[in-house]
Amino acid sequence: MADIKQIKEIEQTLIEDFSLFDEWEEKYEYLIDLGKKLSPLSAEFKTEDYKIKGCQSSVWIHSSYREGRVYFEGDSDAIIVKGLVSLMIMVLSGQQPKDIVEAPLDFINQIGLSSHLAQTRSNGLRAMIKQMKMDAGAWGHLV
Amino acid sequence: MTEKKPFDVEKIRQQFPILQRKVKGKDLVYFDNAATSQKPQAVIDTINSYYTQCNANIHRGLHTLADEATAKYEESRVSVKEFIGAATHQEIIFTKGTTDGINIVASSWGRANLNAGDEVIISTLEHHSNIVPWQMIAAERGAILKVIPIDDEGVIDIEAFKKMLSEKTKMVSIIHVSNALGVINPVEEIIKLSHEKNALVMLDGAQSAVHLDIDVTQLDCDFFVFSAHKIYGPTGVGVLYGKKHLLEAMPPYQGGGEMIKEVSFEKTTYNELPFKFEAGTPNIGDVIAIKTAIDFIKEEGKEAMRQHEDHLLMYATEKLRTIEGLKIIGDVLNKVSLISFVIDGVHPQDLAILLDNQGIAVRTGHHCAQPLMKRLGIVGTTRASFAAYNTIEEIDKLVVALNKAIKMLK
Repeated sequence: MADIKQIKEIEQTLIEDFSLFDEWEEKYEYLIDLGKKLSPLSAEFKTEDYKIKGCQSSVWIHSSYREGRVYFEGDSDAIIVKGLVSLMIMVLSGQQPKDIVEAPLDFINQIGLSSHLAQTRSNGLRAMIKQMKMDAGAWGHLV
Repeated sequence: MTEKKPFDVEKIRQQFPILQRKVKGKDLVYFDNAATSQKPQAVIDTINSYYTQCNANIHRGLHTLADEATAKYEESRVSVKEFIGAATHQEIIFTKGTTDGINIVASSWGRANLNAGDEVIISTLEHHSNIVPWQMIAAERGAILKVIPIDDEGVIDIEAFKKMLSEKTKMVSIIHVSNALGVINPVEEIIKLSHEKNALVMLDGAQSAVHLDIDVTQLDCDFFVFSAHKIYGPTGVGVLYGKKHLLEAMPPYQGGGEMIKEVSFEKTTYNELPFKFEAGTPNIGDVIAIKTAIDFIKEEGKEAMRQHEDHLLMYATEKLRTIEGLKIIGDVLNKVSLISFVIDGVHPQDLAILLDNQGIAVRTGHHCAQPLMKRLGIVGTTRASFAAYNTIEEIDKLVVALNKAIKMLK
């Protein structure tokens, strides 16, 4: 149970971080900045195999497993989406498979981004989360 | 000569209630008209009035409501006939929209007329809805799909088309105006060349019907399809025009009520045109509102609207050209009021999100034309498409918003 709390804790920190911004510009600049700072995904994983196709942009997610924990790296061709990838990695990378699979991840709706960014299929966020949970499930032999 | 009233964009805007709303606290700037136009109050009122005053099933009932609903439905057909210059109302089939119209022709005409080795020609500019139905029927019938190449600005290579045409060509199905780039295709020449080889021509008029004067008889196209929702009308309804003798020779597309003359378990005979292709209870209220949308266009004047939109296009083109790294795709003179562009180092999706936060609705992505995007070597574009109710001030807002977005992203 400690780990679920840990995901929750990270989520809470992010919600608080985002609540400091008054203007939409600041939120997006922060997200863009996160995207720019995300450590690059090794070229060997930036392939079709690791690609999650959204309607408009692509996301690459690669996961690895060490000592009971799943580690994610990722990338996107759109910088705001890459910021979202960065957020998801902050929350999920280094967690235990079961905790990742069970995480409700409702912080996305609470950080005050446009609803379309948080919800629609067009940016592939939903597909990204699904892929990360599937990877975690596979590493943890939960599926 | 009747006196033309001056074009008054403010008076037009007043007719569109949605333009009053705010998006993210800002006045809505709606530049996604090529996807769907907004609806004037009159169209909304027609739909409302249909359900509050005369809802009844059409063509069959022997009561007042059925009479009134049938009359209005058929008046709409006559209105469409005049709007596109068809020879008779029997050539006007109501559909669900452009995609439905193309599917009817590909499926019904294709199944009866395409054989192994026959060829259907489309262009690189096509929307997926004028690619996939032909791929499906070609696969079923053993026919071959050929694609006319374009240049880097989206202009059809007419010489290549001439070489492609042969006695094997049975159908040429072409987008009249590119939804992704706005480029107007040389359809008169395409029709003439195709007919010389006895091939039929279908025009996808989804983008052209609202901007260009359409006279299917003068054009001599064999089929013409469009959607009501892109001409200030409701969603979910559209039109298939076909030359009468071609429609008569085509087998029905769907079976059911309305499309039959007599049914027995041994043999069914089909109703005459246009009912043969309108199986089942149609979307009556929305079809009736097509006439209201056409009346709106007539009232304001298509020519006056086009002049206003062309003015917006020229102004926007000039302004966008001043933005560093921005490249207009489909930068030709012969186009409708739509600008598709890419910006160096900026993903269209990022741009759309940041514009939306500034109250501006544009379309980004591949515009349902992935083969076109592949040919142009881009993932997608940002598209601003203008309607009669858009203003110069809104374009200024777009330019400011674009510069802001670019600054944030770089």
